[in-house]
This record gives sequence, C-alpha cells and structure tokens, in this order.
Amino acid sequence: MAIIKTRINNKSPDYSDNYQAMLTQVDDLKSTLQTIAQGGGAKACERHTARGKLLPRQRIEALLDPGSAFLEFSPLAAYKVYDEEVPAAGIITGIGRVSGQECVIVANDATVKGGSYYPLTVKKHLRAQAIAAENNLPCIYLVDSGGANLPRQDDVFPDREHFGRIFFNQANMSAQNIPQIAAVMGSCTAGGAYVPAMADESIIVKNQGTIFLAGPPLVKAATGEEVSSEELGGADVHCRTSGVADHYANNDHHALELARRSVARLNRVKPCNGDITEAVEPLYPSNEIYGIVPSDSRKSYDVREIIARVVDGSDFDEFKALYGTTLVCGFARIYGYPVGIVANNGILFGESAQKGAHFIELCAQRKIPLVFLQNITGFMVGKQYENDGIAKHGAKMVTAVATANVPKFTVLIGGSFGAGNYGMCGRAYDPRFMFMWPNARISVMGGPQAAGVLAQVTRDKYERDGIEWSAEQEAEFKQPIIDSYEHQGHPYYASARLWDDGVIDPSETRRVLGLSIAASHNRVIEETKFGLFRM
Amino acid sequence: MFNKILIANRGEIACRVIQTARKMGIASVAVYSDADRNARHVKLADEAVYIGPSASSESYLVVKKIINAALDTGAQAIHPGYGFLSENADLCRHCAANNLVFIGPPVDAILAMGSKSAAKKIMANADVPLVPGYHGEDQNPAVLKQAADSMGYPVLLKAAAGGGGKGMRAVYAEDEFDQALAAAKREAQTSFNDDLMLVEKYLQKPRHVEIQVFCDQHDNAVYLFERDCSLQRRHQKVIEEAPAPGLSEELRQRMGSAAIQAAKAINYQGAGTVEFLLDSSGAFFFMEMNTRLQVEHPVTEMITGQDLVEWQLRVANGETLPMRQDQLTIHGHAFEARIYAEDPDNDFLPSTGTLHQLRAPIESNHVRIDSGVVEGDEVSIFYDPMIAKLIVWDSDRARALKRLTDALSDFCINGVTSNIPFLYNLASTAAFRSGDVDTGFIEEHQDEIFHRRQEDLDYAAPLAAQAILAKRAERSKQLAEHSLEPSSPWHLTDNWRTTGIEQHSLAMLINDQPVQLKADTSVMPAGIKVVNNGEHHFSNSSDFNLFTPQGVFHCTEAQANLGLDEDNHSSGNLAAPMNGTVVTLLVEAGASVSKGQPLLVMEAMKMEHTIAAPTDGQVGEFFYQAGDLVDGGAELLIFVAADISAAL
Repeated sequence: MAIIKTRINNKSPDYSDNYQAMLTQVDDLKSTLQTIAQGGGAKACERHTARGKLLPRQRIEALLDPGSAFLEFSPLAAYKVYDEEVPAAGIITGIGRVSGQECVIVANDATVKGGSYYPLTVKKHLRAQAIAAENNLPCIYLVDSGGANLPRQDDVFPDREHFGRIFFNQANMSAQNIPQIAAVMGSCTAGGAYVPAMADESIIVKNQGTIFLAGPPLVKAATGEEVSSEELGGADVHCRTSGVADHYANNDHHALELARRSVARLNRVKPCNGDITEAVEPLYPSNEIYGIVPSDSRKSYDVREIIARVVDGSDFDEFKALYGTTLVCGFARIYGYPVGIVANNGILFGESAQKGAHFIELCAQRKIPLVFLQNITGFMVGKQYENDGIAKHGAKMVTAVATANVPKFTVLIGGSFGAGNYGMCGRAYDPRFMFMWPNARISVMGGPQAAGVLAQVTRDKYERDGIEWSAEQEAEFKQPIIDSYEHQGHPYYASARLWDDGVIDPSETRRVLGLSIAASHNRVIEETKFGLFRM
Repeated sequence: MFNKILIANRGEIACRVIQTARKMGIASVAVYSDADRNARHVKLADEAVYIGPSASSESYLVVKKIINAALDTGAQAIHPGYGFLSENADLCRHCAANNLVFIGPPVDAILAMGSKSAAKKIMANADVPLVPGYHGEDQNPAVLKQAADSMGYPVLLKAAAGGGGKGMRAVYAEDEFDQALAAAKREAQTSFNDDLMLVEKYLQKPRHVEIQVFCDQHDNAVYLFERDCSLQRRHQKVIEEAPAPGLSEELRQRMGSAAIQAAKAINYQGAGTVEFLLDSSGAFFFMEMNTRLQVEHPVTEMITGQDLVEWQLRVANGETLPMRQDQLTIHGHAFEARIYAEDPDNDFLPSTGTLHQLRAPIESNHVRIDSGVVEGDEVSIFYDPMIAKLIVWDSDRARALKRLTDALSDFCINGVTSNIPFLYNLASTAAFRSGDVDTGFIEEHQDEIFHRRQEDLDYAAPLAAQAILAKRAERSKQLAEHSLEPSSPWHLTDNWRTTGIEQHSLAMLINDQPVQLKADTSVMPAGIKVVNNGEHHFSNSSDFNLFTPQGVFHCTEAQANLGLDEDNHSSGNLAAPMNGTVVTLLVEAGASVSKGQPLLVMEAMKMEHTIAAPTDGQVGEFFYQAGDLVDGGAELLIFVAADISAAL
C-alpha cells in the first residue's frame, strides 16, 4: 500500500480561486451540453414525436438496461463549425449496457437536419465504429436519416474516411464477429440503406421505417413510376417480400425491445484481462480537483494530487520516484482494473522520457492498460539538451507509446503542446479513448511562443529589407496570432472537430476512465512487439 | 379425563383442538371429506375417518356420520369446533343417546339461544340489558313519544314495513320528536302504504364487545374478559382484539357480570360468548349468545394465559373450572387478524386455487399462527376460504399493533389472492391506531383503507420509485458479485451520463393507478418493506407490495407499450374468474349479443357470478354445460367481437 497523502489546503484563497475558475468552466460545459441535448429544437422535436416516434435520447434510454450509464462520445461535435447549427453533428454515439453487455450505440437525430450526414457526422459515426472495433463491442445502429448531406457531398462521399467507410467497417466488424444490429426507425435512404442491409440482424418499425436506395421523388424522376414510401420500402415490404429486414416492430419501443433481445442472444462472454479486484473509492473527494488545478495554467502543481482523486483507495505504487521526476509513473487500480499511470509533472527531460519508455515497456509486458494524464508544454529545448540527445530520448518514449499493444487512455488535464503530445499518447497514437478537461489547451506550441517565433521571422525579414518595425507594430502583429491559438486550442474547438472523444467534468474523470477501461476489457490484450529504440 | 375424542370439524379449529388434546395426552380422531383427504388436520390427528363427499351437507354436516365415526373409533367425546354442527341441538341429543360426551353446552342452552327473539325474552327476564324499543300496535303519537322519552334520546323512528332508509328518522331531542314522527309517517305511507312506526334507541357509533364466559357443571361461572370485534365487514369479523380499547375496569366488571347473568339464565355449561353492543355513552345491550368456542378465542388466551380448549375438555369431563374469577387477570394486549383467500379489490370475492406459496411469520411468544393449511394445499370452493388466523401479543396495544402490521408484512402468499393488504391497511389507519373503533369503521374509512385518495398516491409514489431503484441496484450487485469484474462501473444503475447523474424517469402502476415521476437514487427510508409478491426478493417480477406505515401499496413497474395488443381488439375467450360450478347458460351458441349482456352464470362460495359480453359480438361455442365444475382461469366460451365477426 502506498497511499498518496494529500497536501492540499482546501481553506486557502488559491484553492477557492482555482475552484471558482474551474467551476465556471464546468458550468459552461454543462449548459452547452444541455443545449446540445435539445437536438434540433422544440419545434423539430414536436414534429418528430407527433409521428409517434421517440427522440433519439429517449430511444437510447429505452434501449439501455435500466439505470445503465451512457458514456457519450463527442457531444460537442460540429459545435460552431458550420454556418448553421448542427447539434452533436446530428448523431448520438456512445457506450451503454444493453442486456448486460457493453455496446456501442449509434443513433441518428432526425430532428437535426433530418439526420443527414455532414462531414463531421461521418467522422463521428466512423469514430464510434472505431471504438467498437478496437474494444470488440457490439454495434447497435438506430437509423433515422436522410443520408448524405447533398450540398456537402465532396466532403462526405468520395474519400477513404467518408460515407462508404461506414459499410466497410460494418462488413469487417461482422467478419471479426463484432455483432452489427440495425433498427430502422425512420428513413434510411440511398447509401443509408446499407446500414440495415449490411447488418447481421435488422429490425424495422412499421409505418415509420423505410429502406430504399432511391426515394419516391428520385424513382419518379428516373423511371416515371409513382409509388409511396411505404410501398417502396416499408416494414411490410422488407419483412414479408424483400427480406432486407429481419424483424417487424410495431413501434419504437418494440424495435428497441427486439434489439435488446437480439443482444441477449449473442452468446458472447466478456473475456476480462488479468487480475481484477474489488474497488475502493479514493480517499479524497473528486471535486477537490477543481481547487487543485491552478487557474493560471503556467503555475505548476503536483499531479499526484489528481492521481489521488482518480485511483482506487488513492493507492499508487510509484516507479522510479526519484528519477526523471517531471514524469510520474506508477501502478494503481481504477474500479478494480489494474492500470499503469503516466502523468506529467513538468517539462519532459531526457531522463523522464527514458523512464516513461521503460515504464510503458513494463506495462506492455504485463498487459496492464495505460492511463496518460497529459499536461505538457513539450520536451526541454536548448543546446545542452540537444547535445545530450533529447530527441532520441523523446523518440524512445514515442516509440514505446506508439507500439505498446495495451489499451491506452488519455486525458488532457492541462496543456498539450508540441512533441509532448506525441510522447503522452495524443490522438495520433490511437488511445482507445481520449478526453479533455475544460481548462485544457491543445496546439503545436503555446500561442505566445508561436507569435514570438512568427514575429522573429518577420522582424528578420524587415531588418533584411531595412524596414522599421516598432514594438507597437510587433505587438499588433502578435495579438491575432495569440488570439487564434487561444481560439483553436480551446477544448470546444478540439472536440467539435473530433480531436477527442469529449470534454469532461474533471470531477467525473474516475468514472469516465472506469467506464472506458471496463469497456476495453471486452478485447483480449495481445502481445506487444516494440519498434527499434534509438539508443 | 377422556382417552380419545373426535373432532367434528376441519381446518384450523380441528388442528387447534388436536393440539390441546395431544398436550393433555388425549388421542384425537379427525373426520374428512373427499376434498380434505390430504388436509393438515387429517395428518395431525391420531386417527382419521372418511365421512363422504366434499360438499359439507354430505359430510361434515351429517350428524349420523359423525356419531358413527365416534362410535367406530371408540371416541368418548365429540368436540364440534365452530360452525358446522357446533350449535346443533341434534348432534347434542345424538351424543347423549349414544353415551358420547358433547363438548359444549347442554341441549337446552343451545335451543334457548337458537331463536333470537326467544333469547331476547329470556334475557329481558334475567335483567340483561336489551336495546330499548317500542314495537307496539298503539300508534298514538303521545304513546310513541312517551316510549322515546323513557328510552332516552337519540332514538330512531322506523317504518315497520320499511327498508332502504325510507320512513326512517333519527331524533336527537325531545322537541324534534313530533315533527320527525309526522314526516316519517308520511314517507312510510307513500312508500309502503303503511305508516306503522317502531321506536328504537339509536345507538351512536356502537361497538361490538363480547364477553367470554365459562361455566362448569358445579354452578361456577367466570368471565375471561372481553373482546372488541367492532371491525366487521358485512357482519363478518375482520380484526379482533382483547382487551377492548378504552374500556374502564368498572364497565368491564358490569359487562362481565351481565354476561354471567345471561349464562346462568340458561343454565349454561362450557365456553360461551355473550355479544353486546356498546354505545358511545357507555351503555351496553345484549345482542346474542354464541354457545360454542369462537373463532377469535385466541386473543383471550393470549391475554389470560389460559388454554380455552383445555378448559372445555375439563368442564366436559365434569371437573370444576380451573380458576376462580379473582385468579384471572388481563396481561398485555392481543390482536387477531383473519387471513382469507379473497380479493378485497373485487368485492371480497373468494379466491380459490392452490397455495403455491404460504410462508407465515416465525412463531414466538408474540406471534401465533393458527392454520389448517400448508403450502401446496388447495383452497376449494367447498369451505370457508380461511388461510390462517394471525394472533399477536405484546405488553400494550401500540406494541401489539406494531407486531400485527410487522407480522402481516411477513406473510408470503402466492397462488390465491389474499386479504393481507386489506388487513394491513386497516391496521395502519390512524383511527384504528388510536382505538377509535365502531361497527361502521370499515365503511367509514374505506377510502383510506383502499387508498383511493390522491394523498395516498402522492405518499406512495416516491417510495415505490425508491423500491424500484433499490431493486435494480440489488439485482445488478448480485450480477456484479458473480462476474470477473466485481466493481465495473457498468454494473452501477445510477443512470450516469457524461453531464453527471441524471434522474431516473419511472413509470409505474400503484394500486392500478398510473404514476410517472423522476427520482434520484437514494436510500430507502426505514420502516418500509418491499415484498415481491412472495417471490424471492431479487426475482425479475416487476410487481411488488410496498409495506409502509400508511398501508400497503401494490406496485408494478410499467412495461413499455410494445404495440402487441393492437390487433387483439376485445376478442378472445372468456375465462372463469375462479373455481366453481356452471349454473346456467343464458344464450345459445352462435347468438349475437350486445356489450354487457349476461352469457353464463357461475356459482362459487355460495355466490353467483355472471359472465357478460365484454363488447358487442358473437358467442361461438360453450365449453361447459350447466352443472359442470370449472377451474379458475379455464376458458368458458368462444367470444368474437363484432368488428371482427363482421370481417369473417
């Protein structure tokens, strides 16, 4: 037992300032998410429910086991990205428990632009499928969509990671025996028709669900044939005549019940890796994280205070505690699942990078999932460090992170800048799940640094040309760059573009990680084969 | 003492008598009909004699069969129990003729109390108070008023030919009398064409208080205090208690003496009960005397520490009473609740069937169960559908009442509908808790007892929600304990969302009323008990009983509408509501009928039950004919609703 003893004074003015600052950001996050959860607005929802259909979130609620958690992915998707509002990118995705099994649920929101696929809708759908594929989770698609967003077809249709990939993924997951279940609860037109058609089992709701490659208007235009949607591709057609759908549902609730029964019959047993025990709650309340994280991101603090509020019993066995101290590594449990934790406690030096590489090797060898708590301004720079080979030490850590074949979970708890992002398992390193705190910032470097670099380049050019450049002019030049970095580095900006799986309330970190880690145990952890480490 | 006695009864009272006999070293002989071949009393007795078909008129009520059974087995005495032949002078005479001891009063006492009007005359002569009344022919208003004045107000004016409240007036004071009489007479004249009026003392909020008496053959008589049996439903006792709440010692003695007077007036012997109506003013009046052991005798046993069956046997054997009056004292307080297979929500219709589950509370010094059935037994249409008597005792009334509600909530009965929720609710009313009882109690408090008030739903809904959530959590916890990942947060059922814990939206039925609410997961308040209709606590059954300090609520988690019944209309076949006999078919097969039209009459438990058309339609075929025995739930006939038959 190595219990972290907290050194926080929760009566100090700093603590309460920090607390207030974080609370403001969390409140803003919650109210933003609540607005997004309204979908396409009151009118659209009313039109939707008037047809006897459930709203997408109600559908998910009814599909889940009663009281089950729902780990929603990227609800901020498409937030302020397009010139129109597309809440949650018109698609709700996440993991929930259905008939006792963790499943990925993908539900179109027909109240948002008819559920049509914007580029980010596609990206979000594909990301949910990637999560399902990586973690071996059954997929349940609640289909209610008009298909691709026609005005944006160039960003939706043709490329590798565009619409067609959805069906590619369905086929390949099915091939791996990752069940694909589709419930058609609204329209399912054109390309969308392949979601139920490619599914292992499909359900369709009478008088609501329709599946066809071309809708009545297109049929009329193409062949002159006049036909109603129900005759063209309603539940009766597909269950009795075409065989495109397998199960006939009387209404939404029935369809969801049929989906639940289908999951109950999958004959899958969750493997669960390694030594999993009963959990103990952390010794300290999780909301104290608000007071611990400095409101000024340049101030440092001990990341162990965060770890103490995330891991079971605040019990943390540290590895190489006295070496490379700007990177904290150690073993702990979260909800009883063993994890290796890699957390920044300052800038990365050669020693800390080597320590990180070693620790990641340990975890990969022992098949222990890795949790990265990322708060990194980058690797140390300067002559001494370059000469000492910081680049090759950093490369060792990046190699270890990239090739470690254990589930990886990344939480951006502060800054994520430059190569530090790579070493700490940024999005490009395929963490199984990645979440951000509302105070986090992500960019290639800090805004002032970037402005400084660009100003220096500009000043050099002006000096070469013999042009005067006043300090005021330089400041004027730098400000928009700083502003732009601040804007683009904001978690909402990041999450809107699916650079993460969601912005979370820091006090929910333990629960979010627990749900993610638990979900990852649906796949057996394989052996790791590392790449070459530059020595 | 006798070596062997025969018990001419069945069910719990037969078992009860056998137990005392065994304690006293007396062999017991049971009798049984076809339906009771495997009954508990048969197994309990040392010997058993078959006495014929299930119908009691062909078995338990046939004096000759009982006498023969006793003679054949060498029994020396016959205990008649209660009901059946217990107050039958014929049995009494046949016993004497065959040198058998009848464990009960002499035949003259039975005869004297057998006729209500004769009994009243005897009591009047013995100065036992009767409800004052004037039943004379002389209708002179002055004579009537004189009668009213002498019996004291309030009085009730009643039309001799009356009924249904017509020609009836309550008069509360002397100066209202003339006007009220005139009005009542006018009403009686127009309603019945007969204005003959009776005047009776109007008893306000009368209580049913009865005195247990015991007399031996040596002129000794004692009373073992009173029982309050005011809680009645259509003159059937529901919950009895002893002592009567709020009865003064002085009144107790006066009533006790009056009861002994009544017993002595008919030279009584053995156990008897003198029933009185007790007015709110403290006046009491003789109603009748029961010349047998009463169903509710255990409450007297609990507060006196005596075994009344033992007393009966000793008295019948010619011994003197085991105790003198001054040796008898009241110790603590006792209640008895009669647990029946009946459906209080369906006009107390008897519920017959198999007792798939019968789990009674654990017996102790405080809790006693008198029962004639065990799990797996049949509650048949032939006899009284009593399942058990629950008797509780504690040092005072409040504690005993708590014992009563606790024990009621511990019963698990499955297979038949029981009146446990009704009893529990009755015992939970504030008025009963404060001992404010009278014979109109159940009628007066029925909205409260049956939870028909909005406030009851408002009270129960959040508790039911908690129960549902607790059940979910419990079930999930069980699954978690058996999984490889005991603490996975996916096992939690707290409705966690990325934005935090969300309230649960719950839809349920509480006493068949739909309720929707949002609830947080929290701890059940103390004093609330959830019973999954007798099923294991973690069963998947979606309905359960919620026992609360304010009564029991039947709750069902609402199932989502899956649209499955959309094609069903109201067709289908009509089923028997209970085990019974088909009395008559009222229409021909193939007849077109309108909604509500009676199609068939069944009889069960001496009550007729009409099966009516649920909607306009056509009767296809009857599966039974008049006289056939039918099991509850069996399909009786094919019924096709009109909108479908039109399509056929």
